[in-house]
Amino acid sequence: MSTPLLQVDNLESYYGPVLAIRGVSLSVESGQIVSVLGANGAGKTTLLKTLSGVMNPEKGSVSLNGDTLTGLPPEQVVARGVIHVPEGREIFPLLSVADNLAMGAFLRRDRDAIARDHEMVLDYFPVLRERLAQAAGTLSGGQQQMLAIGRGLMANPRIMLLDEPSLGLSPRLVGEIFDIIKRLNTEQGVTLMLVEQNARVALSIAHHAYVMELGRVVMSDSAEKMRQSRDIQQFYLGEQEDGVRGQRRWKARKTWR
Amino acid sequence: MDFAQLLISGLANGCVYGLIALGFVLIYKATEAINFAQGDMMMLGAFITLALTNDNHMGLPFIPSVLIAIAVMAVFGYLLDALMLRHVFGQPQIAVVILTIAIGYIIRFGAGLIWGHEPQSLHSPLAGQDITIAGIALGLDEIAVIIVTILLTGFLYGFFAHTRTGIAIQAASQNQLAAYYMGVPVRRVYSLVWGLSGVVAAIAGVLFASKGSIDPNTGLLGIKAFAAAVIGGFGSLPGALLGGLIVGVIEPFASRYGPSGYAQIAPYLLLVLVLVFRPHGLLPQVQQKKV
Ligand SMILES: Nc1ncnc2c1ncn2[C@@H]1O[C@H](COP(=O)(O)OP(=O)(O)OP(=O)(O)O)[C@@H](O)[C@H]1O
Ligand SMILES: [Mg+2]
Repeated sequence: MSTPLLQVDNLESYYGPVLAIRGVSLSVESGQIVSVLGANGAGKTTLLKTLSGVMNPEKGSVSLNGDTLTGLPPEQVVARGVIHVPEGREIFPLLSVADNLAMGAFLRRDRDAIARDHEMVLDYFPVLRERLAQAAGTLSGGQQQMLAIGRGLMANPRIMLLDEPSLGLSPRLVGEIFDIIKRLNTEQGVTLMLVEQNARVALSIAHHAYVMELGRVVMSDSAEKMRQSRDIQQFYLGEQEDGVRGQRRWKARKTWR
Repeated sequence: MDFAQLLISGLANGCVYGLIALGFVLIYKATEAINFAQGDMMMLGAFITLALTNDNHMGLPFIPSVLIAIAVMAVFGYLLDALMLRHVFGQPQIAVVILTIAIGYIIRFGAGLIWGHEPQSLHSPLAGQDITIAGIALGLDEIAVIIVTILLTGFLYGFFAHTRTGIAIQAASQNQLAAYYMGVPVRRVYSLVWGLSGVVAAIAGVLFASKGSIDPNTGLLGIKAFAAAVIGGFGSLPGALLGGLIVGVIEPFASRYGPSGYAQIAPYLLLVLVLVFRPHGLLPQVQQKKV
């Protein structure tokens, strides 16, 4: 088997004394969409922050194509091709849409390629084209999410870490954005690590998926298998009858780790 | 005609206040620190220029001296952040405030050691010359101060609106975390902003010294500039300039037409009024900063 694009081994990260992720190992093959599912507080965002270098892990290692990323500052992680599209969009509210996109390409110098990517982003997200001069903070939530993804694409990443793009969006808009994510993957070959609570929609476009709980990976399987798994159906696809009982049973199944 | 002279001289003073206020706001917007040494950095810039160009010192030509002083102050500001402020980054605000106050003391002390405490005048080609416009005699130095301030403002506007670094500074100030995610070396950007405020301080210092004498305590007028920044709406660059101009203009008019002694207190009276009636200043920040 070839080396995966992204390899994460036994990663541990703390907030002060609080251990937020506890020995996470996973890998992402080039060209794939790998989804990380999990409930609130499972440690998904912490995992992404550790991967992108804004948090330093206490233990463990991260490597991209065999080159170690662990301990590098964020700008060097970005320069090596890992871009983080954060939870809650985190656009630059007073900058124009165009300047937000330009910030995505901050570390790049290849003007022609940047201009091409700019066009590519606007082709995928036409609403942004009409609003290039508008302050990004005045965009709607869905438009801001598109801008955040577009800004990430402007880095021409080898892998995009995408944190809960469905957050706070209407089901229709979620469908629209996930269609675009899927197209970016198939048409542009963008490799994605997709963190979601919305398991149904994430599994509909992912190749592989991991489930996190209390800072650990408790399940790993192809998206296909996950979709059919009774537990996933019960706990993430909204088929459980009552959440409290569901919660209890999920905990009883911790033998996965 | 008296009115016009008062106005021009007030505007010229106001430009200097405005530039120091700009230094405060530049650093505050980008890093959320308040640099109480900004006035002292202005004084230092003025003394460095004086030491380079005055005949009793090195006697270099004026313009190169100014450029060297600007470069020195840029490096000074950058290193101040890189070597000192960065270490209190993330500490409570008060630590930063105390540190910059202490730095201000050290700069005043150092300037006193090197250049003495007697007031000195910068040998500027502008000093003491008048031009007459429409029958009104105006100080060339004052006109030059206003023109240079306008040019510098235009330059800063262009820098922030159109250069990659300028936009990155704005981005880091609006959303620090997102700037990290985009690969902006945020710490280095902060040091750059300190360097930039060193440049502004040096220019303000040269302008101030072109209009009158300086001594190591000159920088204490930074407090007035701080008031100007608050009047303008701390966190707004145009507001800082506007606040400076208002304070500058109020002073000569208050001393000319008001009761005696009123001029010193006028800017602070205005500060109180603004804080009571417009607590966010005249030109408040458009949107609260995301931390
Ligand atoms: N800044 C912080 N300081 C202290 N603890 C934190 C901080 N951020 C997160 N945590 C804790 O770390 C754990 C993991 O949080 P994280 O944000 O990674 O969860 P998540 O899986 O992304 O959840 P969600 O789906 O709600 O976004 C939680 O228990 C959370 O309370
Ligand atoms: Mg999260």
